[in-house]
Amino acid sequence: MSELSDNAKKVIEDHLGRYPSKQAVTLPALHVVQEEKGCVSRKAIKEIADMLELSPAQINDTLSFYGFFRTEEDPLGKKRVWICRSLPCMLRGGEELLAELCERWGIQPGQTTPDGQVTLELAECLGACDGAPCMLIDDELSLCVTADDVEKQVRGKA
Amino acid sequence: MSNAEFKPILLARMGKPNSHKLESYRSDGGYQALAKALAMKNTDVIDVVKTSGLRGRGGAGFPTGLKWTFLPKEVNGPIYLCINGDESEPGTFNNRVLIEEDPHQVLEGIVISSFATRTTTAYFYLRYEYGRCYRVLKDAIDEMYANNLLGKNILGSGYDLDIHLHRGACAYICGEETGLIESLEGKRAWPRIKPPFPAIEGAFRRPTVVNNVETMACIPHILNRGADWFMSMGIPKDPNNPRDAGSYGPKLYCISGHVNKPGLVELPMGISARDLIDKHAGGVWKGRKAKAVVPGGISMGFMSEKELDTPLDFAGPGRVGCLGLGTAAVIVIDDHTSMIDVLYNACRFFAHESCGQCTPCREGTAWSTKILERIRAGHGKLSDIDVLLEISSSIGTIPGTTICGLADGAAWPMKTAINKFRPEFEEYIKSGRKSESKTLVAAH
Repeated sequence: MSELSDNAKKVIEDHLGRYPSKQAVTLPALHVVQEEKGCVSRKAIKEIADMLELSPAQINDTLSFYGFFRTEEDPLGKKRVWICRSLPCMLRGGEELLAELCERWGIQPGQTTPDGQVTLELAECLGACDGAPCMLIDDELSLCVTADDVEKQVRGKA
Repeated sequence: MSNAEFKPILLARMGKPNSHKLESYRSDGGYQALAKALAMKNTDVIDVVKTSGLRGRGGAGFPTGLKWTFLPKEVNGPIYLCINGDESEPGTFNNRVLIEEDPHQVLEGIVISSFATRTTTAYFYLRYEYGRCYRVLKDAIDEMYANNLLGKNILGSGYDLDIHLHRGACAYICGEETGLIESLEGKRAWPRIKPPFPAIEGAFRRPTVVNNVETMACIPHILNRGADWFMSMGIPKDPNNPRDAGSYGPKLYCISGHVNKPGLVELPMGISARDLIDKHAGGVWKGRKAKAVVPGGISMGFMSEKELDTPLDFAGPGRVGCLGLGTAAVIVIDDHTSMIDVLYNACRFFAHESCGQCTPCREGTAWSTKILERIRAGHGKLSDIDVLLEISSSIGTIPGTTICGLADGAAWPMKTAINKFRPEFEEYIKSGRKSESKTLVAAH
């Protein structure tokens, strides 16, 4: 049984023609797998390596550099919430917002709520300093958010 | 031209309905510059850009046309253009707005630049966090293929080009051009030792140009209106300094932090930080005064209130001890804020984002953060101040101890915060106070 879905394999194959090296498809491959499964398992690493004619160690080397990717021991929740704590957001309450969410949800940055619904992450500058403090849910930005806004958007309640 | 008469150029189409669609862009004269460029010799396009004095908008301010001329004259095989859309310098969001609101302006610049540099494959490296930008660009690129603006024989000129979008994975170091190239190649984003420079050996070991998004957005306007028009804006080069390349053209200034109206403002290069804050950002918030201002993203360091009349052109911030203009992202810090908390935030950022390749950067950024943590916990020693200064003068490409400039970006906030606000650091350490700012100690 293959760990990569048909869609993931197709995305990887479609990308092969875009670059002069197969290794360049590493990030697109990791992205599509994590989007589908919430993590990149060891089996997936092996299968990506086979498709790109690399060793699994080479895939893991890249994967582990980017704090973005999760392994099967530490999968993502249904939604991933990033709260920005860089200087422009800190000056407008970003740190307090992150601390408040940690308290409300009973988790630390990087952890997932026990019901598996939300993973909370600290972010460095999200590039929306005109709307500080800002957050990202998966890859959609929201500006000038409060803890109540975050809860409403993430869990559909205030 | 005075700032009052200035009409936005790069932001001219912001807020128009469907400003991101091809039809809207074309109805405002879009892609006429491309048609003009394709009828020229590629070297003539380079000459126009070179003459205009355009300098890269990504932070280093290197003259764009000159960079293009570093490509070898005779090349067998492909040349690549990489667009650096990894905008991650704290305070900076100009590229996000340009892409979301007017993607075709950027893409037209990319096609013209690709033609000028003899590129037939361009990679647009976009930070993962910019999901909306990704979707907008994807649609815009599809529109271009459907309208013979990309692909084979563009506008009947015989010129072929493909643009591929490539998403990053949340790492600041990918904004360093050779870190970007390594990341594009599917590896960890460890910057390369130079030389060879990318123009000789870059992506996939081929000659490569790496350009910023805002730089690309300037290109169609330079082609349409000419080098002289571009040079009519900004601060001319200093005739007494042969190394000064001047600061020409319009610039997007990002304003954030403690101001009444944070946002993006386009002006000719060279406005002072004070005018920018008072006239374009509604002044410092809550009726307070500015204590310190970052001129161009935190890696540039801090200006004090006394230095706010400094012009924000390429040369200005350097005259008051900052690293440079950087990304022209102005962050205002009010007089109720502790510089110890601000510097801690900056150091923690660089410790988090150091790629770990060079020991001085990896250790220097981590230890400066730990020292500031201790000071904030009320256990600082006066000698810590000099240790921080010593770290700041030993890490980076300027003392020559690291491969890339990330550590210089970490050093300048330390140097400028301590040199300009030393009494505050001394008083804080002597008092043994704990920081009132609510930050999580966990997770760097």
